[in-house]
Amino acid sequence: MRRDPRDLVRYTAGQRAVHWIVGISFILLGMSGLALFHPAFYPFSLLFGGGAWTRILHPIIGVVMALAFVVMVIRFTRYNLMRRVDWQWIGRIGEMVNGSDETMPAQGKYNGGQKLLFWLLLICMLLLIPSGVVLWRAYFDFPVEWVRWAAVVHSATAVVMICLIFVHVYAAIWVTGTIRAMWYGTVTRAWAKQHHRTWYEEVTKP
Amino acid sequence: MALQSLDIQARSATTTAVPGVRETLDVAKLIDISKCIGCKACQVACMQWNDLQGEIGHNHGDYQNPRDLNDTTWTLMRFYEVEPEPDRLEWLIRKDGCMHCADPGCLAACPAPGAIVRYSNGIVDFHQEHCIGCGYCITGCPFDIPRLSKKDEKAYKCTLCSDRVAVGLAPACVKTCPTGAITFGGKDEMIRHAETRVADLRERGFVKAGLYDPPGVGGTHVMYVLQHADRPELYGLPKDPTISPLVELWKGAAKPLAIATMALVGLASLFHYVTKGPNAVSREIEKETEHEEEEQA
Repeated sequence: MRRDPRDLVRYTAGQRAVHWIVGISFILLGMSGLALFHPAFYPFSLLFGGGAWTRILHPIIGVVMALAFVVMVIRFTRYNLMRRVDWQWIGRIGEMVNGSDETMPAQGKYNGGQKLLFWLLLICMLLLIPSGVVLWRAYFDFPVEWVRWAAVVHSATAVVMICLIFVHVYAAIWVTGTIRAMWYGTVTRAWAKQHHRTWYEEVTKP
Repeated sequence: MALQSLDIQARSATTTAVPGVRETLDVAKLIDISKCIGCKACQVACMQWNDLQGEIGHNHGDYQNPRDLNDTTWTLMRFYEVEPEPDRLEWLIRKDGCMHCADPGCLAACPAPGAIVRYSNGIVDFHQEHCIGCGYCITGCPFDIPRLSKKDEKAYKCTLCSDRVAVGLAPACVKTCPTGAITFGGKDEMIRHAETRVADLRERGFVKAGLYDPPGVGGTHVMYVLQHADRPELYGLPKDPTISPLVELWKGAAKPLAIATMALVGLASLFHYVTKGPNAVSREIEKETEHEEEEQA
């Protein structure tokens, strides 16, 4: 759907769908994982049908997220290759945080911060998936020392990832006109011009 | 084992105080390996009292049967043929099972509130009705004791017959031991008893005889008299058991640190919005875009 025929397409339906699968499974994983991590969050287990169900479902949802994440990596890596301008942008992140991104270097489809987030999330997943398998006692039986390492790696990485996603979600809320790209895939021309001028120029080239 | 009438002193995944006013006797089971003849009466008594019937296994050519602890074998006679000195064969037989640590790694690791408790008398007990089957207790245990059942996905281990102890009876294995190798009573009393046994063994030439009550886990409520206390590995026992530093980190510092970090990032985002406001498209660019649109039209 386009509110305005001049709006620019940022994401295809397929890209949006896979992002939603990752997003929903991330929220479920975050809540069920925190329930198993700290007694303060144990009440989250009620949302999954109790402690045993939380323990059963968490790794299964993890497999769903891992598969969807692989699809995202395949589809989005090429837009997230770090270039010199991205490092320049990151060097001047203070200006962005201050809310004055009009003074920042012009950005392509993704700015340096978004690209860095992509790579950090990928590293998180590369740590979470194998450590999660090691912790999955219903189907695997690894040496106990491995399981202990996996428990530390899995929980520490998960906390880092939760913080990264907080930043990711907040940035989308903060930059007005961004969330709609996740819903129906389009952004306004003015939005593109302000936040991703290089991309704007590429897609509007006659 | 639920339906107990013992005071709970520590409870898994619980951050507030548990009832702790009443003070009760610290109990302990003492296993004197020098008196054990490997008859497995304790193993049978455990199964009988606890209504446990394991699957019939296979003969592997030695006396140890089944091969390992499992969900229906909460105590197991382990047979070791060792040479503590060259040309001196010894057949060491150890009754393996939960050590009932004063500082239990299983309880520290358990994420399910109330699934693992430590009673004020020192017994560490699993309440399977609260168990979620994650197996973290196995990860936390320095002695490799708890076992997840394939049948119901709950963890099981020796209860030190908490149900019997609650009504003033000795554990089933103690009751049945024909040589008096297993004794039960107050922990202080058991330590005193062990001292006489150790003295006796030393007199008989086992100069390194001693009591196994490892301080790394705060002491245990199942203790051994060992002929070779300087080498517990001969009996398949860890030399200096402690809760793994990894488990300490995972279940200790990591928890408050994680909450603080997540709260900080969440609050920083909120207050960033409150102080800076939304990052909206500037009027200037909006007008510029509208202008282009008109031009094209």
